[in-house]
Amino acid sequence: MQLEERYTLKKSNPAIKVLVYILLVIWAFINLFPIYFMFTFSLKSNEEIFGKNIIGLPKEWLWSNYVSAMKTGNMGLYFFNSVLVTVFSIAISIMAAMMATYALTRIKWKAAGFTNAFFMLGLTIPLQASIVPVYVVLSKLHWLNHYSTLIIPYSAFTLSMSILICTGFMVDIPYDLDEAARIDGCGLWGTFFRIIAPLLKPALSTIGIYAFLQCWNEFMFANVFISDSKHRTLPVGIKALSGQHTTDWGPIGAALVIATFPTLLVYIFLSRKIQDSFIAGAVKG
Amino acid sequence: MAENKTIQTKKSHKDFRKGLDIFLFLLPAILLFVGILIAPIIVSVYRSFQDWNGFSEGTFIGFENYKELFTNGSIKWMVALKNALILAFFSVFVQLPISLLLALLLGRKYKGERFFLSVYFMPVLISTVVIGQLWLKIYNPDYGLLNTALDALHLSDFKHVWVGEVETALGSVIVPTVWQYIGYHMLLMYAGVKGVSPDLREAAMIDGATNWQVDRYVVIPIIKPVIRTSVIFAVTGSLKTYDLVRILTEGGPFQTTEVPSTLLENMLFLRNRYGMGSTISVMLILLCFAFSLAISAAFKEKD
Repeated sequence: MQLEERYTLKKSNPAIKVLVYILLVIWAFINLFPIYFMFTFSLKSNEEIFGKNIIGLPKEWLWSNYVSAMKTGNMGLYFFNSVLVTVFSIAISIMAAMMATYALTRIKWKAAGFTNAFFMLGLTIPLQASIVPVYVVLSKLHWLNHYSTLIIPYSAFTLSMSILICTGFMVDIPYDLDEAARIDGCGLWGTFFRIIAPLLKPALSTIGIYAFLQCWNEFMFANVFISDSKHRTLPVGIKALSGQHTTDWGPIGAALVIATFPTLLVYIFLSRKIQDSFIAGAVKG
Repeated sequence: MAENKTIQTKKSHKDFRKGLDIFLFLLPAILLFVGILIAPIIVSVYRSFQDWNGFSEGTFIGFENYKELFTNGSIKWMVALKNALILAFFSVFVQLPISLLLALLLGRKYKGERFFLSVYFMPVLISTVVIGQLWLKIYNPDYGLLNTALDALHLSDFKHVWVGEVETALGSVIVPTVWQYIGYHMLLMYAGVKGVSPDLREAAMIDGATNWQVDRYVVIPIIKPVIRTSVIFAVTGSLKTYDLVRILTEGGPFQTTEVPSTLLENMLFLRNRYGMGSTISVMLILLCFAFSLAISAAFKEKD
């Protein structure tokens, strides 16, 4: 009886259901359109983009746009730079975070809680807070325009979030394991490297994804700290390219696609994992 | 007696060893964290009280920078602050309600829930620089989609040089910023909605509540902590905004779309006023903390 009632209640308003679907589809369209637009105009000539065929599929597929983005726009180099900076930043951040989290959660000492709270300050501190002194110190040391100029700050700024996510995973590992290892004669370092670190693989992908997006897309530090074209990352490279090619849209579109497709590719295969890493990052933050 | 002593030294030796291990485990994180975040902030606070060009010694001037920031109109601090607050307003009162609506709708188990969720979240993953470039193509006065569409609809009177006119520039920055992060807040809220036990929902339904009533009286009160987090992120994010302004308007026309972060950069590169730049940094930290605390307090009061 009750079940039937619920059934009627839920089904009572098919009009609203249709309306909701229309709304969801329109919003999906609004979110997909810019990406569709980007892919299509990256393959068009100015003639098509500027009037003949603004939003249709390209009539003539101009792959030469990609060639000129790579050649005159240097996108290949910027892509390589972005990969290099991102990979090293993530590696450093993860290593430092795992070690710190181990000391904070699995070794008993008095100030562990306080130290953890100290690291969590980083979640609310804006990037802007340190930019002036870091810039001055780096320029006095003649350390601007290196890969490490970006790698070190990036790993520092992703550190708090890495520790937060790591903590979530590490407290789930049973503490009996540590004791068993200790009885077998493993020291703290042995326990960490042989027992705990291998068990943190699921945490690695969550942290890695989060840090990847932060570093891959970061613009402010890259824009302020890097002035020579050799060490530019993709976001800064795109800004420079669009300054040169104000009238030639095709190569800019190609550059945008080059900068975006790794993210989209990963997202297609790991959408759930990526969403989970954002949720994990925000639940406590 | 002697035995006791050796045990004690052994113990203190062990303690020392443990302390050393803890220190070594924490060392990389501390070096990064203190070196890049904490120490620079302390230096920023110190330098914010100085007239300093970044390379000479700098002279102590007390609160002069702070005073000048608020009184010297040519620095445009009040303009920047106003813009950031306008953006915060739209984030909280336009962006978040849309996010909440989408999260609640998707929480009702419509077909294709995962697909919609994934599509709505996509803009969050794309670099703001790319998003900015795409919107520049939309706003372009001669060939942009927006003006072309207005022409096609015989609404040519409404055409604008969107990012170049004083009246429309700020709006042109706000629209993409608000749009891009709708999916982010939606995802957080959706996770909250999914966390609501299905039993509660069903119980309310059996009592005769409609879907809207369930959302209003059951789901929203439960996900309030998530909403609070979102409000904090939306406001502090607006205060920190930089990328889209730098790409779309460069703070122009006539510096009407400056935000705190673009001013900060101007102080370093256009004016060589590192002391004032530090002052802006410090103000940003203070504003972010103050707003976070105020929002948390406001949510507590409502309970």
